[in-house]
Amino acid sequence: MDQSIAQSEVKAAEPGAQASFLRKNMREYGILIALVVIMAFFQFATDGILMRPVNLTNLVLQNSYIVIMAVGMLLVIVSGHIDLSVGSVLGFVGALAAVMIVQWDVNFVLAAIVCLAVGAAIGAAQGFWVAYYRIPSFIVTLAGMLVFKGLTLWLLAGQSVGPFPPTFQLISSGFVPDLFGGENFNVFSLVAGVCLATLLLYLAARARRQEHQRGLVEEPFAFFLVKNVMIFAAIVYVSFLMATFRGLPNVFIVMALLIAIYSFVANRTTIGRRIYAIGGNEKAAKLSGIRTERLVFLTFANMGMLAALAGLVFAARLNTATPKAGLAFELDVIAAVFIGGASMSGGVGTIVGAVIGAFIMGVMNNGMSILGIGIDYQQVIKGLVLLAAVIFDVYNKNKG
Amino acid sequence: MDTILEMRGITKEFPGVRALDNVSFKVRRGEIHALVGENGAGKSTLMKVLSGVYPHGQYEGDIVYDGDVKSFSGISDSERDGIVIIHQELALVPLLSIAENIFLGNERATRGVIDWHETNRRTAQLLARVGLSERPETKVAHLGLGKQQLVEIAKALSKEVRLLILDEPTSSLNERDSDALLQLLSEFRDRGISSILISHKLNEVSKVADTITVLRDGAAVSTLDCAAGAVSEDRVIRDMVGRSLSDRYPSRTPNIGEVVMEVRNWTVHHPIDSQRKVVDDVSFNLRRGEVLGIAGLMGAGRTELAMSLFGRSYGTGIKGEAVINGEKSDISSVPKAIKAGLAYATEDRKTYGLVLDQTIRRNVPLANLEAVARGAVVDKHLEGEVAEEYRRKINIKTPSIEQATINLSGGNQQKVVLSKWLFADPDILILDEPTRGIDVGAKFEIYTIIRDLAAAGKSLIVISSEMPELLGITDRLYVMDKGRFVGEMASADATQEKIMSTIIKAGG
Repeated sequence: MDQSIAQSEVKAAEPGAQASFLRKNMREYGILIALVVIMAFFQFATDGILMRPVNLTNLVLQNSYIVIMAVGMLLVIVSGHIDLSVGSVLGFVGALAAVMIVQWDVNFVLAAIVCLAVGAAIGAAQGFWVAYYRIPSFIVTLAGMLVFKGLTLWLLAGQSVGPFPPTFQLISSGFVPDLFGGENFNVFSLVAGVCLATLLLYLAARARRQEHQRGLVEEPFAFFLVKNVMIFAAIVYVSFLMATFRGLPNVFIVMALLIAIYSFVANRTTIGRRIYAIGGNEKAAKLSGIRTERLVFLTFANMGMLAALAGLVFAARLNTATPKAGLAFELDVIAAVFIGGASMSGGVGTIVGAVIGAFIMGVMNNGMSILGIGIDYQQVIKGLVLLAAVIFDVYNKNKG
Repeated sequence: MDTILEMRGITKEFPGVRALDNVSFKVRRGEIHALVGENGAGKSTLMKVLSGVYPHGQYEGDIVYDGDVKSFSGISDSERDGIVIIHQELALVPLLSIAENIFLGNERATRGVIDWHETNRRTAQLLARVGLSERPETKVAHLGLGKQQLVEIAKALSKEVRLLILDEPTSSLNERDSDALLQLLSEFRDRGISSILISHKLNEVSKVADTITVLRDGAAVSTLDCAAGAVSEDRVIRDMVGRSLSDRYPSRTPNIGEVVMEVRNWTVHHPIDSQRKVVDDVSFNLRRGEVLGIAGLMGAGRTELAMSLFGRSYGTGIKGEAVINGEKSDISSVPKAIKAGLAYATEDRKTYGLVLDQTIRRNVPLANLEAVARGAVVDKHLEGEVAEEYRRKINIKTPSIEQATINLSGGNQQKVVLSKWLFADPDILILDEPTRGIDVGAKFEIYTIIRDLAAAGKSLIVISSEMPELLGITDRLYVMDKGRFVGEMASADATQEKIMSTIIKAGG
């Protein structure tokens, strides 16, 4: 009885509700629309070079380490903190990997595991001061940034170290082999893309059906349809394009897995809920029995581990570790998270938003480079985009 | 007496809501005019129209002040005409001195260079007028709330105030400070300064007001002249809620069982000044199905006692033991205290109670997330059902559980905090000022929830600064003063006078 009433209410509200729903969720749709518009613009301006399979693959490879770190940074920022050290940690871990693999001949799997552990330990050490001694994270990680920049120089003795063995390079230059044995076309990549797209579609439909049964549907059907068809088409199209080049890069798989896992953790698990609660109101969270210190500590340890992973990917991509690796990467990562809708004061933001934010920056870098726009103008434009995104946020919040 | 202010036919609409509907309101020169009404009745909106927060053009109707039709375009405009509003949440900068706060934005300066001598001299004069004996250089952070309130009023005086608007000035003050404040308003009246007093405390209103205007649902329903004879509180409440509340407290028959918690020799030291005892050797017990009250003045150490019991959330050097259900319990962290069956609903909902930017749905299960999760994965549907259940059960007035708690009124926020703790299913629930700043109707609902919980065998500790409330809803009372329990009495035998005299005797 209750259910049917709720459903009829939903139906009655639907026509007028669309506009207000759009207003309420402007941020989520806005960022997706912004990415599509920016891509369309550069696709047009570069005469179609942007979406060429080789460039698309390049785009993913170029931005993979930013995306990997943005995922961790989102959690740090949601918990109400910031980590300025990630660029230096990335450089340090890359250097460590190079020294171990190239100079000491350590097996690269073992070296990678050690590197991830070292990254987590670095994050934990910083998180310890932030969480348990309440030293502002800005200061702790600013110190970390200097320390690990220095340690990178020391470790490499000011020189570049490389090259890596080919097996290690596969982390970022390798592609998933075609299990179906296609010649010039990677059938497996296309199949994997279609499977993923179908799975997402199925999950979205199932969630909506369940909401419907409980009379909790808010999103108008038209939006649901358009959004999911667009996502489906985009995934299938991208995997088709990549299949015509060399298939899915290994890094792409790593990224996709990280995005999926961390989205799940942020949205659906008790840990995720608690991190958002800490960022929203730490005192209230603490009085609700949440172990705020431990969670903040873990958030930083996790960030350190992801920075280490990004360090491995970056070193493998350059095929060498240089003292300059990771310089100013923290700024790109933090910018991506804020473009993606996270709030400076904590408690607000999504993993998917941060990833889209990273790709907005990435597409702009890539597109402007193709167009031959100078690095000077590129910086100015990127800065203005960041400012505009946050102004849009604040404006929306005040209005709503 | 002539009229200083007349608001004629004020209508103010927000998208989808008519907050004020053709309200007319008149204040005579040199009177204390009380404005009462439930939360959301439109009191604050009306005052925002008057003070120019909603500038001319955003509302319909006229404001006639001192004989002229005014069209204020902002607060600075209305302040120039001597209309000063003091908000419920004080707007002082804690790390600046009293003098700096009073002249903030209005500095005594020549060509940008501040004349500190003049500033301090003027401040000392103003402080004398409001009866505050503090040095002008004292930092505001070092003052209690009552004194901060006086600083706000001194600041208003510095602006040559002629019409002073006070929004819930006494909601966080103890009885003594409240009385002093009301006394001050009476002195102002004698000097020709008119005041508009917004308050939920009807006993205060009837004590000082010359005229009472009652707002309900955005309309002025009655204007009562106190000069023509005392106005009964019941009459005012009837106008406010639109029905008569035959009883302000729900009736109950206590069913009290065995002792569930016994606290022995509980001592807590101040977190910064670790020599100072904030709670001093307190022992008490609590029985099943009992509503226990803790009375006392502001600063007596009641909140500190409650928070230190609840997982040592306050203080250092905590000594003493707590026996729950016959066993000595470890309640040394909040998760352990929750596990031992304790819950603490804070007096400060916004700072300690709610994640304001998040929805009701997310706030309600926060203290017991495991119960809506399978393993580490939150079941969103179960979570929604739980929030929905509490919304219905304790009547949280909101269109949807997807509403962010920042958008709710005080009473509804309090209900969300209560829901959160009810869902954690405690045996012992400590409620700290559960009805502060909420309206009469919502208060009655909170009292009913307390009654039902006791009837269901829960034990409750209620801390409140409103003595009639404590007398009305508790079974037994402890009186606290300067960190010590100085008296214990059955609520049926207690009176306000008895409680006050216990405190005064202990102090002397």
